[in-house]
Amino acid sequence: MIAARFLDGRLHLQHGPIDLIIEAFGVREEVEAAYQQAIDRFGDILPTLVRELPTLRRPVRDAYPLLQGPVARRMAEAVWPHRAVFITPMAAVAGAVADEMLQAMLAGRTLDKAYVNDGGDIAIHLAPGHSLRAGIFAEALDGAVTLPHDLPVRGIATSGRGGRSFSLGIADSATVLARTAAAADAAATLIANAVDIDHPAIERRPARELDPDSDLGDLPVTVAVGELPRAAVNEALDRGLAEAQRLRRIGLIDSAAISLRGEWRLEHDRSLEIGPGVARRLHGGGQSRR
Amino acid sequence: MSDELALSESERNAGIVRCDACPVLCRIRPGRAGACDRYANEDGRLVRVDPLVLLAKPGLARVAFVEGSESWAGELGKGEGAFVTGIGATTTYPDYKPAPFIVSSKPDGVDMVTVVTEGIFSYCGVKVKIDTDRYLGPEQAAVRVKGEAVGHVTTAEYGSQMLSLGGVHHLVGGSKKEGVVTCDALLALCNKEAVELEIDGGSTVVVQADRPPVVNGAREERMRVGCGSAAIGMFAPQWKDHVDEVIVVDDHITGVLSEHQGGRFLEMKPAGIRVRGRKSTPGRYFQVAQPGLGWGGTDVSDPLEIIEKIDPKQAWPGLKLLMVSTTGEHSAWFELDKDLKPQPAAMPAPVRKVVERIAENCEPALCTVLFMAGAGGSLRAGVTENPVRLTRSVRDTLTKVTLGGVPAYVWPGGGITLMVDVAKMPEKSFGYVPTPALVAPIEFTLRAADYAALGGYASRAVTLEDVLRGSKVRLE
Repeated sequence: MIAARFLDGRLHLQHGPIDLIIEAFGVREEVEAAYQQAIDRFGDILPTLVRELPTLRRPVRDAYPLLQGPVARRMAEAVWPHRAVFITPMAAVAGAVADEMLQAMLAGRTLDKAYVNDGGDIAIHLAPGHSLRAGIFAEALDGAVTLPHDLPVRGIATSGRGGRSFSLGIADSATVLARTAAAADAAATLIANAVDIDHPAIERRPARELDPDSDLGDLPVTVAVGELPRAAVNEALDRGLAEAQRLRRIGLIDSAAISLRGEWRLEHDRSLEIGPGVARRLHGGGQSRR
Repeated sequence: MSDELALSESERNAGIVRCDACPVLCRIRPGRAGACDRYANEDGRLVRVDPLVLLAKPGLARVAFVEGSESWAGELGKGEGAFVTGIGATTTYPDYKPAPFIVSSKPDGVDMVTVVTEGIFSYCGVKVKIDTDRYLGPEQAAVRVKGEAVGHVTTAEYGSQMLSLGGVHHLVGGSKKEGVVTCDALLALCNKEAVELEIDGGSTVVVQADRPPVVNGAREERMRVGCGSAAIGMFAPQWKDHVDEVIVVDDHITGVLSEHQGGRFLEMKPAGIRVRGRKSTPGRYFQVAQPGLGWGGTDVSDPLEIIEKIDPKQAWPGLKLLMVSTTGEHSAWFELDKDLKPQPAAMPAPVRKVVERIAENCEPALCTVLFMAGAGGSLRAGVTENPVRLTRSVRDTLTKVTLGGVPAYVWPGGGITLMVDVAKMPEKSFGYVPTPALVAPIEFTLRAADYAALGGYASRAVTLEDVLRGSKVRLE
């Protein structure tokens, strides 16, 4: 287990596959106390989680999964609304860890804002009057989002082929804003899975052939994507977009941004900015090309 | 092992290993990594992706620590003669606690201490020397990977082109993508992997430490012995008694023996054979042809193409002419007939011998990659409580600095700015952190008394034997 501070003050926690970057803003003493609470809470997260791993790796169907650990219960809650399709609680593990750690560091503390970033799945705290700006990084800094206090978004998650998890789809990235990081994580997984098309350039293998412990069992996961014609890229993206629209209409997500081969689809009201101009604005200068 | 951890027979047959480094207890298939990407199954063995590497003294095997594997076989005796490298030692950043391994040893009866750690280098880069005379691009031109600028072309050296890549400006001074691409490229180069570099207004070159460069798809086999003029100077006396004229074909400077100072010095008779191109000084010609993959880096496949005319007032029937390239890879022997036309003939043995000597004197073309970094800031705090004394001790050569066991060149002047040849370092010596910055092993070795004097953590020193006993290791 690692607990270390970066030169700029951020906290880095790592245990097994969990790798967190944590930052809090506010009065110095409160920030330090929050970091200490995070460190204290962290030691128990992975051991408790693994005790229920067999259940967490099973697909959720009609029966609500009976779980005890706080992170495991967050996972179950996040994937339950999606049980009509294939999903296991593991689809929300990173986001649920982020949510749990954020709650632990906030308890009794007064902070302006804070975030827990679990490998791109981010839980966010905002006090009234504060906002947070986050970048979306697919090929480059491709997008940005400003989260004000009054927007009901406290979680950001990104799923896709770049990460450590397997994907059933071919999305380069699917970024979702939702109420919690766990909810965003589960939805991002499903949207990234939906970005898909049948094409000979896509190589798939049963998940268990790659990882005997995979919760995806014998489902074919994407291992390589070759050259795709533009029409195929667009078709795959549109399928992902349809899934994002469905999830937004039933109130499970706030917005989503999907990318494949430099092409983007957005499903949102107002939250997201995507495109080359965004990176320039974030780096200070330049006009939007929109 | 408890039943819960035991693998089934079919799993074992499939080469699956169980990782017990953390509670997740991943089962990992051959060639794949666990959920954390830190542990992997390498040919049925569980390995840390970044194991701590022990370097034995020359001739002995290298030893890597691997948690969760069979205990160390003890074939290095009590660890005598082994040197613990920083590879896989891990560190904290900034270094708020002493270095992970402070190892005491007693070679030749002298108490020594080696402080072993991994440094996180934000200020770092590589200097690349590419043995080729091909045009890679103009000085100062940007060097790109995937379109991102990762460095630039710097001043050429004799027979080699030089690149300066990385550095804090590209790592953290530009866009996030520039930093990530730069870090990836540096990491690959330092770990002796091939990287394709594009040079603005120039060529594409594939660079890999200790391997020949590949320029625009063509693999460079050997460095030329020198330019055509230099080749004349080097071999003129050896040719003199066997030839009437030698033309050394080269894309940079083509040399003509009888016109050259080297030939005049030997009182050779003008042969009247004029080559194309622009005359620089007597017997030295620029641009006899276009650059290419033919003779001497030109596009010439028939060497007679570069002969403009043969002067009947000077040349004579029976004149013996050698044409050869600056690498000795191409050569041809001609004699002038009665019409003063060059006719191919069998090359005399003494001439053949000198042609072979040209080839023998051409060194294989290689890329060399020197890692250059500053061990400043907090890294020193993991070594001593009084960091500036470490700097002074290194300056005074009381402390030897090695990277992965390889002695580093330490620049004069302030700080600990060092360079090391990555080709000599063990495999996979380098890692990275997302800052982005490179992680490199670094070891400081000095007398125990000197270590105590500079405020070192002498009380934390352990014996090499302790290191071996305290960690599960395996022999490579």
